[in-house]
Amino acid sequence: MDLTGLLGFNVLVGIGTLALITVGLGVIYGMMKIINLAHGEFMMLGAYATYVSTAHGINIWIAMLVISPLFVGLVGLVVERTLIRFLYGRMIDTMLATWGLSLGLIGLMTSIFGNDPRGVSTPLHSFAIGRYDASLYGIVIILAACASLIGLFAMLRMTRFGLIVRATMQNPNMAAALGVAPPRIYMATFALGAALAGLAGGVLAPISGVSPVMGAAFIAKAFITVLGGGAAIVTGTALASTIFGFINEIVSFKTTPVIGEVALLLAAVVMIRILPQGITGRFLRRSL
Amino acid sequence: MKTLKIARPRPTGGATGFITVVVIGIALLLGLPSIFSTFGLLQMTVFAAMAIFALSQGFIWGFGGILCFGQSAFLGLGGYAYAVAALNMTDTTGAVALAILVPMVFAAGLGYFMFYGRISDAYIGVITLTVTIILFNLINSTSGDIYHIGAAPLGGFNGIPSVPPINIPGDPNDQLDPTGLWYAAMGALILCYIFLKWVLGTRFGRVVVAIRENETRSQLLGYDPRLYKLLTFVIGAGIAGLAGCLYTNWGAFISPTVFNLTMSAQVIIYVLVGGLGTLIGPILGAIAIQYLIVLAGGQHVIDPNLLLGVVLIAFVLLVPQGVVPVIRAGASRLLGSRRAPAAANMVTADALPHSSAQQEPGQ
Amino acid sequence: MSVPLLEAQGVTMRFGGVSAVADVNFVLGEVELRCLIGPNGAGKSTFFKILTGQLRPTEGVIRFRGQDITGAHPHVIARLGVGIKTQVPNVFNGLTVREGIGIAAGRRKSLKRARQIVDETMELLQLTPIAGMPVGQLAHGQRQWVEIATVLAQEPDLILLDEPAAGMTHEEVLRTSELIRMINQKQALVVVEHDMQFIRMIAKTVTVFNRGRILIENTVDAVLADPEVRDVYLGKQTH
Repeated sequence: MDLTGLLGFNVLVGIGTLALITVGLGVIYGMMKIINLAHGEFMMLGAYATYVSTAHGINIWIAMLVISPLFVGLVGLVVERTLIRFLYGRMIDTMLATWGLSLGLIGLMTSIFGNDPRGVSTPLHSFAIGRYDASLYGIVIILAACASLIGLFAMLRMTRFGLIVRATMQNPNMAAALGVAPPRIYMATFALGAALAGLAGGVLAPISGVSPVMGAAFIAKAFITVLGGGAAIVTGTALASTIFGFINEIVSFKTTPVIGEVALLLAAVVMIRILPQGITGRFLRRSL
Repeated sequence: MKTLKIARPRPTGGATGFITVVVIGIALLLGLPSIFSTFGLLQMTVFAAMAIFALSQGFIWGFGGILCFGQSAFLGLGGYAYAVAALNMTDTTGAVALAILVPMVFAAGLGYFMFYGRISDAYIGVITLTVTIILFNLINSTSGDIYHIGAAPLGGFNGIPSVPPINIPGDPNDQLDPTGLWYAAMGALILCYIFLKWVLGTRFGRVVVAIRENETRSQLLGYDPRLYKLLTFVIGAGIAGLAGCLYTNWGAFISPTVFNLTMSAQVIIYVLVGGLGTLIGPILGAIAIQYLIVLAGGQHVIDPNLLLGVVLIAFVLLVPQGVVPVIRAGASRLLGSRRAPAAANMVTADALPHSSAQQEPGQ
Repeated sequence: MSVPLLEAQGVTMRFGGVSAVADVNFVLGEVELRCLIGPNGAGKSTFFKILTGQLRPTEGVIRFRGQDITGAHPHVIARLGVGIKTQVPNVFNGLTVREGIGIAAGRRKSLKRARQIVDETMELLQLTPIAGMPVGQLAHGQRQWVEIATVLAQEPDLILLDEPAAGMTHEEVLRTSELIRMINQKQALVVVEHDMQFIRMIAKTVTVFNRGRILIENTVDAVLADPEVRDVYLGKQTH
């Protein structure tokens, strides 16, 4: 019973983690149909922002939840203006350029901080599920994931900006004819996606350790979850994260974390084969 | 209708280009051992292996239109297949054969899964990337004595050391020394170049290129694109496997890093820089980038990743066709054609079917 | 009663709530020449896509010489002997004229025979002077001819031409009509066109499409004199 409880909790944390790392990539993909291969490095920048902030005495919650997203959002803005906007419509070129960006960012951070992983201490401790100890921090992750998805949904549904974003997603020319400047929207969306990646990096920093190459561990999972989820940003991310996260945790529990990760990737590859447009390409197509 | 003489850069370089390349190749093959020390020769050997790796990517991407982000999977499978087989057999000839065959079989399965599953071109990049990461994860976790194939321990992240070098077929005691390995590697490079050039001239090769040019039209003429892509993919995997075998021989060692993202990124950079849609381009791109990495590794001013990243971005933005087509275009302009060769003949990464060339994002 | 070359029964194509093609019945005999006309969006090109396997119809059956080809892969249908010049040009831009036609001619034929077909086809369409030019650099009218040549080199028994005269000069249109009549000596053709003069030059039987359905099928004179057809083109018909 306790074990089930622990497992259940771990599954939720796993799903939450996956959702958290995916949502930023999903925003960019859902909006502009480009695949940002530097997403893992945006997370890495967020993690470093948290590390540097806490090293300078700033409260860890502020560092994670405010500074990291803002910083990486700004970086995203700059990247969009200087690189991405020349490549719209060129999906393959965008993938290649963002891959170059990813390498460049890794190199840059290695030059500044060196190779050694840095640590950010977990601000919370463990709590008990029956006989087992679970990390309270897992709850933070779950909350952060939920907040991201719900916040995104609310923004898209209830704000004027969200309406403009949805309109531009569906028909940029029409939106332009109605007075919206699509390039501005793309810029804002890319920055938003980057900020969400920064948030994910900050929140996960205490767990994963901070090093220039940490992004590589996330990019494949995030990538494949976005494609598995399909075009609907919120629903797609939520559904895909749930399915893949569940598989990941269960298999990890029965075997090893590495095998669990492999299972996630394999499941996603199979899913894309069966549903090439992702889950929300077939089900819940009109959702956000 | 007037006839306009236009010098078109032929993607396959034409007969004179081909012969020039082969002659230069043979000259280097025979001449380099006299010029370089053993260390230098070893350096050249890995350049040759990477050039073969680049050829495999350049073939399936530039001519087949297959965007594989995980070609390092086949490099690694070839490398590991050789290592495991060589440690288990006395004569390495079988090991070399396996280094080529194992990736081909794997590619056949993966290719069938992808091409017969109506997965779009961009997704092929994602799936192949994921596969190489899966392989990395799996092999990386095989430390410990229980993970072994016959006499070969898989070694996990430590890799497999002391891999026996290639021996002359039939004589297990006559193993290749560095000079011999150079001959093998450079010889393999020249042979692969000739082989691919030949393939592109066959009916099969022409159809492969036609499918890349216009898949719909090819289908409407009765060709099954899935089969042609599958075969192209398998051929590419075999060549990458051969590169992997040579790579293992170079260091007498193989480790899971051969499957990592950097390896996958590097081969794409080789092809992009050298010239997508040519055979000589990837070879030159591989040598240039490898040389750049060696130079960059020796100094401590610029991080190699940073350098590679900047190069990749610069090429995507500024020189998307790569160096060789630009040089060829410049040369034909100089040699007196009336009009500059059209961009229609230059293959850029996005001039592939199914990618939206001039669409708004989000459509 | 011999088996018709092409037979479509109850063919319907729905995209979401819209029926691009609705309950179409169509029969074509061997070596027959048929013209398809109708306003834009009437479903003609969609019908062609269904015939060539590029789209799978929501309902209905298509038979080629009695064989059910509904939803078959395009390359399978092409091998049975169906060739199509598509509305949006589908040519090999990076290949030369000769190379592109060679791809069409070369499937399952000896090298010698293939070369022969290529030379003959180029000669027929007067493409020999530009045989070495990359197709992507040709003018629009020339590219149309290259595409037609490519389809002919396939040696199909049924040729679908979707707007072959589009963007052509008057002389080119005349040449195309002569060409079609010549092809029709041995091969069946279905031609979609908007140019009524062109239709008059080549047509015997005309099928009129409107809003996904077949409105009327008759001789060219009867169709062009029909007031309902005229209304459809002038937009007076609401149904």
